[in-house]
Amino acid sequence: MLKLLLYRLAYMALTLLLVSVVTFVIIQLPPGDYADSYVAKKAQAGVSMTRQDVEDLRHTLGLDRPLHEQYLRWMSRIVLHGDLGWSWEWRRPVSEVIGERLPLTLVLAFSTLIFMYAVALPIGIYSAVRQYSLSDHLFSGLGYIGLAIPNFLLAIIFMYLGQQWFGQSVGGLFSPRFIDAPWSWAKLWDLLGHLWIPVVVLGTSGTAYLVRSMRAALLDELEKMYVVAARAGGLSPLRLLFKYPVRMALNPIISTLGWRLTYVISGAPIVGYVMALPDTGPLFLNSLMNQDMQMAGAMVFIFCALTIIGTFVSDLLLALLDPRIKLT
Amino acid sequence: MTITTALQPRRPARPRRPDVATQWQLIWRRFRRHRLALVGVAIIGLLVFTSVFAEVLAPYGPLQRNPRYINGPPMLVHMIDADGAFHARPFVYARTMGRDAVTLRATPTVDEANRWSLRFFVRGTEYSFWGLFRSDIHLFGAEGGFVHLFGTDDLGRDVFSRNLFAARISLSVGFIGVAVAFVLGTVIGGIAGYFGGLIDNLIMRLIEFIRSIPTLPLWLALSAALPRDWNALQVYVAITLILALVGWTWLARTVRSKLLALREEEFVMAARLAGCSDARIIGRHLLPAFMSYLIVDLTISFPEILLAETSLSFLGLGLREPVESWGVMLYAAQNVRAIAHSPWLLIPGLFVILAVLAFNFAGDGLRDAADPYAK
Repeated sequence: MLKLLLYRLAYMALTLLLVSVVTFVIIQLPPGDYADSYVAKKAQAGVSMTRQDVEDLRHTLGLDRPLHEQYLRWMSRIVLHGDLGWSWEWRRPVSEVIGERLPLTLVLAFSTLIFMYAVALPIGIYSAVRQYSLSDHLFSGLGYIGLAIPNFLLAIIFMYLGQQWFGQSVGGLFSPRFIDAPWSWAKLWDLLGHLWIPVVVLGTSGTAYLVRSMRAALLDELEKMYVVAARAGGLSPLRLLFKYPVRMALNPIISTLGWRLTYVISGAPIVGYVMALPDTGPLFLNSLMNQDMQMAGAMVFIFCALTIIGTFVSDLLLALLDPRIKLT
Repeated sequence: MTITTALQPRRPARPRRPDVATQWQLIWRRFRRHRLALVGVAIIGLLVFTSVFAEVLAPYGPLQRNPRYINGPPMLVHMIDADGAFHARPFVYARTMGRDAVTLRATPTVDEANRWSLRFFVRGTEYSFWGLFRSDIHLFGAEGGFVHLFGTDDLGRDVFSRNLFAARISLSVGFIGVAVAFVLGTVIGGIAGYFGGLIDNLIMRLIEFIRSIPTLPLWLALSAALPRDWNALQVYVAITLILALVGWTWLARTVRSKLLALREEEFVMAARLAGCSDARIIGRHLLPAFMSYLIVDLTISFPEILLAETSLSFLGLGLREPVESWGVMLYAAQNVRAIAHSPWLLIPGLFVILAVLAFNFAGDGLRDAADPYAK
């Protein structure tokens, strides 16, 4: 067990390292470097810099060094100081800005995961047991549409309906009076009242996908001989269903938890942006639109790191839950 | 009198060959049983048809403005007028631009006293059809006025016509993206499956890595990093490539696993013993054996690329005007006030859903049909 744990840890570290290289490349992609944008900002403010000033700046920042040295510098600052760079947009360190908004993204992602499984598993089981019934067809139809509708369109439709029916904006996560208020039970309750809309928007297609896989997996199990044997042995239908086939069918569903997490994290920024949530979504997209690449790169890195760590943790949990799963 | 005819020996009947259905015939037979899949294929065909002949089918050009109908709602086609009289020729009611007394916003009003009848094959704006010929004949148009089936946007451009042209770009991004992903997937998956060992291991780890990182933020960051001074065409090519670069992993896995499994089959051994070259074994025996699975994967990865392009363009980070896709059109629908005022701007979204549904249906049917020998 310990050996496998170490192996997975090493693998995770390697993946994170790869992600950091990808991130660094993304930051370097747009033409011009940090010094250029600095000069541009200064010029906007009416301060002109001489060529010598710019060269000095480049030298101080280490921008005249070869790329791999720059990468090592950048990496060591992240690892040693948690320093993700400086955001031009916000005129503050990137880690500070992201740190304020990251908790809400995590809350959103976890609530969505819980929502997806809580809704999808019962529906999937029901659809499989009542195959080709009216409700099975209904759920399948809804599932098809849920898979086909892009997140952002669903978000817009929700906001439009909210505006038409309730005459209020459903964007954001807090009522106006709670936005700057300190945390309290009332504020938490208010958050939950707002949170369900982005959760539904973000979770719909994943839920549809899970329903389909759960239904298919359970249908496969229900055909097997052990079910017939148990039924012939006189086990009550409900007890039989939950004691054997459902547990078997759950395995592939639960073991893809990491992919579902990746999927949620991938969709979260757009939903956050469209619905103007105070999480990392708008931050990320605005930084992209303004080519604030230090910020954007840091966000890509954090999103990737979240999914990698999440997958690692979910793998560990699964291994604890099901002794048959081998960590390889 | 002659009896020769009767005595002529009958030609011996040829031994009847047993009816043989090729693999593709079997696949088609299975596929045909999926009604939804057939509907999906029909919708895809229709969408491709309209996007190929967009110039002729659309009553207006994609950038043509109608200053007399700005932000106008969709116009209904009638055959029975307000007095209950029936007209053999479909018509729309005339519109005039007025000003809303309260908001002072320019609003079109319906003028039920005047009718504009619709005619087929009317002359309109001149266009060049794929650079082949020039013409000004459009499939339909309104006599003496204008017709906007899906309304107009804030510049007075016809949403219906733009939708047809947008389908062309959106679908082409999907097709080109899938084609590039197909080449990448087959080559990389082929290498992994053919060589095996260390190379296989490395490629599989790479695929696992790509699959484990959230793709949309990566796509967004890559497209945001494109130089700002690129023209719309360069951006189009770049975006398509970016989408394909992440989309090949499924295909590569399929190719690899099928290659590994088929390599050990007896018919491959037989072909080898019969002296077939490697190229002939791959091209004549291996490739046809898993082609159907590849087509399934292609069909399934199409919606993914389509949705990704739509999301990127909707956010303003993908394609830009004057290249227009469904996503570019939806860019106008970003804020809630615009939608509350003109909900018809969401119509391109319906087409995205329709296209994705069609491909998902077709993909499901293909998946079941891909292996016609399964029970």
